[in-house]
Amino acid sequence: MNKLTSTNTLVALALAGGVVFGGAALADVDGVLTINGELEIVTKTTPPAHLADNLDEIVSGWVYRAAETQELQMDDFDNPGMLFVDIAQDDWGTVEGTEGKSCATCHDNVEDSMAGVRAVYPKWNDEAEEVRTLAMQINSCRTERMGAEPLKITKGKMARMEALISVQSRGMPMNVAIDGPVQAMWEQGKEMYYTRTGQLELSCANCHEDSYGLHIRSDFLSQGQTNGFPVYRLKNAKLTTAHGRFKGCVRDTRAETYKPGSAAFNALELYVASRGNGLSVEGPSVRN
Amino acid sequence: MKNTPLTLVAAVCAVGVFSGAAMANPVAPGAVAFDEDGAVAISLTGVAGDAVNGAKIMRTKSLGNCISCHEVTALAEFPFHGEIGPNLDSTGDNRNAAEIRGILTNSKNTFPGTMMPAYYKVDGFIRPGNRYTGKAPEGPLDPLLSAQQIEDVVAFLLTLK
Ligand code: HEC
Ligand code: HEC
Repeated sequence: MNKLTSTNTLVALALAGGVVFGGAALADVDGVLTINGELEIVTKTTPPAHLADNLDEIVSGWVYRAAETQELQMDDFDNPGMLFVDIAQDDWGTVEGTEGKSCATCHDNVEDSMAGVRAVYPKWNDEAEEVRTLAMQINSCRTERMGAEPLKITKGKMARMEALISVQSRGMPMNVAIDGPVQAMWEQGKEMYYTRTGQLELSCANCHEDSYGLHIRSDFLSQGQTNGFPVYRLKNAKLTTAHGRFKGCVRDTRAETYKPGSAAFNALELYVASRGNGLSVEGPSVRN
Repeated sequence: MKNTPLTLVAAVCAVGVFSGAAMANPVAPGAVAFDEDGAVAISLTGVAGDAVNGAKIMRTKSLGNCISCHEVTALAEFPFHGEIGPNLDSTGDNRNAAEIRGILTNSKNTFPGTMMPAYYKVDGFIRPGNRYTGKAPEGPLDPLLSAQQIEDVVAFLLTLK
């Protein structure tokens, strides 16, 4: 009887801790991330030059998660995001659309052709004369080369294709260009990052630049970096894209959000990605 | 049919009278008078605040949700308190009603650039939404807290000594 009671209490405590602190008190902020015992991930480093006046250090969101959540990312057998990578591996070789092609028809082996790609996106496309997010590039291949339908920007099939492509760059430093033809869009994204929106009048910077490492109710605030995207969220047991996350954050300021895939969110993605230049690509990462 | 406008006028008058009686003509969000330090001397409603309700507003997510940013020992039984703003345990010693009312109405007048939201303000926002739906608002915005709710929170904070 006694034993039963104490077990129940323990379970109750554990649940409360999980829900409430979301890793706060339990986060191992000094932890080192090594994946599969061999791949070393840079989770803290000096900021890129454009951020040097604002931050002393840039830090991956992994650092602020509970120790148990952190551990899930240390081994691909434990990382639920890797299940979606496996499915996308099948998508890679699946012929779709009117041209009778799959991704593999043009890009062969994903391990070779996609290594390093995620680290430099969003990126200027000379031919199209536009900045392309990874999602835009995936959809451009689908519609223009395969004659297939574009994928929905925040849906599972897009998220898992991004995960498959991201994993080929894991451990490589984020290195998004911010000058030349992308500069105007980068400036637009920067402006958005510092604009206080919604009835709560909060900007991305209020939470992720001024307050990271602090609790806002039960949430332990990170720097809101995108190097880990797409992320597998334990909360809803699926992959979340960067635009999906942006939407939730803007909504939480009691604002009217932008649409995932909109020009505004593309600009914001470019800017936020550049704030992480130097952190390792981690996707698919695990978050609560 | 011919009578409709008259009926409407009568109805509007009645509503005016009722709310006047119940709420002592709350000062409208746009009409609040701040002094140069951001304090608001006159009660927003003329009705004394209810400290018990004020405590409830502070801890309730859909109301003030104040503890998402502030630690308040008197509310310790309601987890979990954030760390964005200062601990409010001695606000009743440090601040008078006018100062607290001003901070709640629009904290930016007291603390320029502060992260704390303005709880009694209805315009001047960038991309305001319909509560937490992420959608555009359907009509004019309500303030985050009503005039009487502000007075209730003021009453509670004055008890913190
Ligand atoms: C009211 C506070 C708040 C605001 C404002 C806010 N966020 Fe967040 N954001 C959070 C919280 C809480 C989380 C989850 C914990 C964490 O990772 O910080 C989060 C997570 C994120 C993440 C995921 C990081 C990861 O490693 O998983 C990204 C990316 C992000 N935010 C970007 C943004 C951007 C861009 C904006 C502005 C458009 C923004 N946030 C505005 C509170 C906020
Ligand atoms: C998003 C964060 C946030 C929320 C929510 C918030 N506050 Fe604040 N509050 C702050 C910050 C930050 C300060 C410090 C002012 C500054 O220097 O920016 C502050 C200051 C104060 C002060 C002045 C403390 C002093 O004596 O100097 C009071 C009183 C206060 N808040 C009460 C409240 C109440 C009551 C609520 C809810 C109805 C609330 N706050 C909600 C962030 C917040």
